Amino acid sequence: MKLKQLSLVIPNEPGALVRVCDVLKKHSVNISTLTLADTANFGILRLIIQEWEEGLKALEDDGLVVKVSDVLAISIPHVPGGLLKILELLNENRINVEYMYGFSLSTRERSVQLFRLDDTDRAIEVLEQAEVYLLDPDELFQKE
Amino acid sequence: MASKTVFNPISAPDYLPPEQLKELQTTRLRQRVTEAYEKVPFFRAKMEDLKVVPGDIQKIEDIAKLPFSVKKDLRDTYPFGLFAQPMNRVVRVHASSGTTGKPIVVGYNQRDIDVWKEVIVRGLVSAGLGPDDVIQVSYGYGLFTGGLGLHYGAEALGATVVPASGGNTHRQIMLMKDFGVTAICCTPSYFIHLIDKAQSMGVDMKTLSLRFGIFGAEPWTQEMRRYIEAHTAIKALDIYGLSEIVGPGVAMECAEQDGSHIFEDHFYPEIINPDTGEVLPDGEEGELVLTTLSKEAMPMIRYRTRDITSLNSERCSCGRTLRRIRRITSRSDDMFIIRGVNVFPSQIETALLSIEGTLPHYQIILRRENNLDTLEVQVEINAQLASDTVSGITALEKRIAKNLEQIVGIHAIIKLVQPETLQRSEGKIQRVSDLRNLNPISQ
Repeated sequence: MKLKQLSLVIPNEPGALVRVCDVLKKHSVNISTLTLADTANFGILRLIIQEWEEGLKALEDDGLVVKVSDVLAISIPHVPGGLLKILELLNENRINVEYMYGFSLSTRERSVQLFRLDDTDRAIEVLEQAEVYLLDPDELFQKE
Repeated sequence: MASKTVFNPISAPDYLPPEQLKELQTTRLRQRVTEAYEKVPFFRAKMEDLKVVPGDIQKIEDIAKLPFSVKKDLRDTYPFGLFAQPMNRVVRVHASSGTTGKPIVVGYNQRDIDVWKEVIVRGLVSAGLGPDDVIQVSYGYGLFTGGLGLHYGAEALGATVVPASGGNTHRQIMLMKDFGVTAICCTPSYFIHLIDKAQSMGVDMKTLSLRFGIFGAEPWTQEMRRYIEAHTAIKALDIYGLSEIVGPGVAMECAEQDGSHIFEDHFYPEIINPDTGEVLPDGEEGELVLTTLSKEAMPMIRYRTRDITSLNSERCSCGRTLRRIRRITSRSDDMFIIRGVNVFPSQIETALLSIEGTLPHYQIILRRENNLDTLEVQVEINAQLASDTVSGITALEKRIAKNLEQIVGIHAIIKLVQPETLQRSEGKIQRVSDLRNLNPISQ
């Protein structure tokens, strides 16, 4: 249900991403999905890794500060209003979306979006009640 | 931990009644001035300029008649021009790296070395250390006075010395753990680095037998002390010194941690107004000026240290009569001026460490962009403060900037960087890099 996301504050300059990817490669850790938020001074790199504990250890051993957070993988039908339905549900329950991004897994019928919410547990409750399709990590990585 | 310290016979001068101390200081000063006048042409010329002769020195207060010495004097007389004894009496030299040009060189005869050992023993005893302690000396060994100074002092105390020298952080932690080290001597910034490294090695500093840290060679703040003591089980103590005078051991904190006792039977302190040179009364803040009262190979008369402090003549609760210097957090050398405001790196340290989840690793960068000076503070982020949202990181940057602005009065650009991207010191850390002079602006 909840998915572990690793995030790192990295400088907005050449080579910053290389270091992270290099560490993961050396430990044979595969990145499933990533997103990079940028500002003038820094970037935040967010990683979804199946063996997240291994990835975390590799990065920390290299001296990097890594933040672990929970995100939700929500399967959304590829129809107009598909996303809107989810957002309305969250809004009705005053749950804020901090950020979201797509997971590399998607089919013609459905896409998978990762949501970082301010109240993940309540969101699970609400979404499940509304029979929204939430993917658990096993399912997510298996389909890949 | 008992704050009452072990009495060691060598510490007797620490308890001299003030009148007796003054007498001793006067006798020694007269001797040193006479020697310097007779044997160091550079010093004699300075005295002649002021029309003073050794006979003018009758009581310790007469010291104010003597000329000051400054660092430049050591450079101008490089390498041995201030030595008062022939080289066959000099048993050791040390040198400190200047940031520009030639190093400054200092020399010791055997008696000088013995005095140096004695003051370090007295300092360590006042902190509560004794022969049962295992002392790891992690200052650099070599021309720098830190390593060898503490080494021989700790040995003279009868403690077990682990001469680790600087560097090889992994091994430092292994030694501490495996050898049951009870005290470590290094720069405070290097110790912070050791704390981090231990954490990443899975070693809990609090479970080690380490009880004391003797930190010096660079200014550090009270906030830094609190940080160190919160992350370890040690008492963090300040040791003060400079190679021009002897090296570490000019003054040291006793277990009361309320200012450093200056070993004034060997080093006479004055506080002066740095602009006028006028001697200020005890309690007033100014520049510390030191005169070596015992050093034979290379006497220093009224050496201007550039360190800003005050002298406390109140009796310390440890019972020592030696005056104390207030913690030195600023050297007039370290001060920088930005947009007309005087800023000390220690103020920035205070601002950073007052944030919850503190950030002890920082670097100050001064730039000039479009004729405007900018202050950038690079701060290493830690797990406690990291966030996965842009708003979280931006909020942290704002919080730091606001804190800094309140203390320093200048807006700073805060740049969060990953751990260990900033310089780590094994000797003295260089906190400020001033890039303004590299791009001279035509006025």
